[in-house]
Amino acid sequence: MRETRATAAGAATAVSSIRPRAARLLWQLASFALFFALWEAAGRWPVSAAFPAFSETLAALGSMLGDGSLVRAYGLTLQPLAIGLALCAVAGVAFGIGMGLSRTVEWFTLPIFIILQAAPMAAIIPLITYMYGIGLTSKVLAVVFLAVPVIVMNAYKGIRNTSPSLIQMCRSFLGTRRQEVLKIVLPHAAALIFTGLRLGVAMGFIGIVIAELLITPTGIGDLITYNSSVADYPRMFAAIASLVVVASVSLHLLERVERRLFPVDSSIA
Amino acid sequence: MSTPAPPIVEVVELGKTYETGVEALRGVNIAFPRAQLTTLLGPSGCGKTTLLKIIAGLLRADSGEVRVLGKRVDGPGPERAFVFQDFALLPWANVLRNVAFGLELRGVARGEREEIARARIAEVGLAGFEASYPKELSGGMRQRVGLARAFAVDADIILMDEPFSSVDEQTRRKFQEDLLGLLAHKQKTVIFVTHSIEEAVYVSDQIVLLSPRPGRVSRIVRTGIEHDRGPDEIRRDRRYLDAVDEIWQVLRAYVT
Repeated sequence: MRETRATAAGAATAVSSIRPRAARLLWQLASFALFFALWEAAGRWPVSAAFPAFSETLAALGSMLGDGSLVRAYGLTLQPLAIGLALCAVAGVAFGIGMGLSRTVEWFTLPIFIILQAAPMAAIIPLITYMYGIGLTSKVLAVVFLAVPVIVMNAYKGIRNTSPSLIQMCRSFLGTRRQEVLKIVLPHAAALIFTGLRLGVAMGFIGIVIAELLITPTGIGDLITYNSSVADYPRMFAAIASLVVVASVSLHLLERVERRLFPVDSSIA
Repeated sequence: MSTPAPPIVEVVELGKTYETGVEALRGVNIAFPRAQLTTLLGPSGCGKTTLLKIIAGLLRADSGEVRVLGKRVDGPGPERAFVFQDFALLPWANVLRNVAFGLELRGVARGEREEIARARIAEVGLAGFEASYPKELSGGMRQRVGLARAFAVDADIILMDEPFSSVDEQTRRKFQEDLLGLLAHKQKTVIFVTHSIEEAVYVSDQIVLLSPRPGRVSRIVRTGIEHDRGPDEIRRDRRYLDAVDEIWQVLRAYVT
């Protein structure tokens, strides 16, 4: 089976198998180039007066970087994001571990997080604004509400999925409950906890953008709203595109760290 | 030559019913002679693994008791070490730490426990693999790590739960032969669970046949084969062949 597949695929991939990494990079770059070319074409055609071409957007991005407005905006945007994610990482992971280790904590808190995970968070933001105003607190809360369920649930599942056989092994070699948690359960859950944090960062980005668009325009949300209101569409698009780039680059880096720390097949023994 | 030594482990009137209401064991009485290998053999669902885990102290019996050196036991103890069917190795730890893990849990200093672990690793034929991780090893090698871990805590009693069931046939045979070689120099009492008749007769001094649900002792077979002889000699021995036949005559009645 494997041999037939190898021979069949062998001829086709003979060229690319010489340097598969280089070939992959080439195709990925080609994909980006095609996307930007189509964007450029659509902007020049034009699809809509409010749709700038790729080159215009790039120029706007350059000028926003040059005059420092983009950097200032990120300074403002990243503040509630960082505070919110730090809170989630500490309290969320702690809650998840607590739920995984104790039935009482599980029964008490699991329903809340299941509801939080299912609820459309954008609908809660006006309520947060009503209660906490339009300042930093509300934005931090928006990030926390979006990011915390996935962080808690992953930590909880990581703890709960500990191999029963490893637990029995620890008991049979006279491990105490404390040793069982520190030497078996937590290392076993570490990979899933980290995955939860990475997904939490992704949710946090969504949370902060929603907050900056819905609560009061600050930072990057301000750049988007302001430039849209003065019909400077290249600048508005540049702000949006920069968000996409920042979010995907940070998530990609986190994923690389994750793969370095916890190789994929480390869960099998 | 085959007179039983005084028992080191005794199982007395043991009974176990699962929470689901299934009765796994009823009125089980077995004496395990010191420094001998006893196999628990029976069809799947006869409660042999349950019995082994009760002896290990990992499960509680509902009635009866387990005595080790004449004393009733209710939990795991330092005189018993377990070898798991699925190896139960820490995936994030290398071979050295896995083998030393039992000692680590007991608070033995790092230098001392690693020295012991290195010796045990060499004994099971894995010298040079100390820094490897479980995922880099074959099934047979992983089980050697499990065996070295059990040897490292220097327990008198080794409990093995179908240790060779997840490795291929050739590895299994080699491992059976090596196991006998390893045990020849140690005064270990081994309690071994398997569903293979040939494996049971090949490695055991005493074979306990269990009937299906509820598990009860249906017969105890002692082969009288000396295990210090070569593997081929044992497998051609008249007593080996007779014992395999005798056991099959009993067990075939349980297979539907």
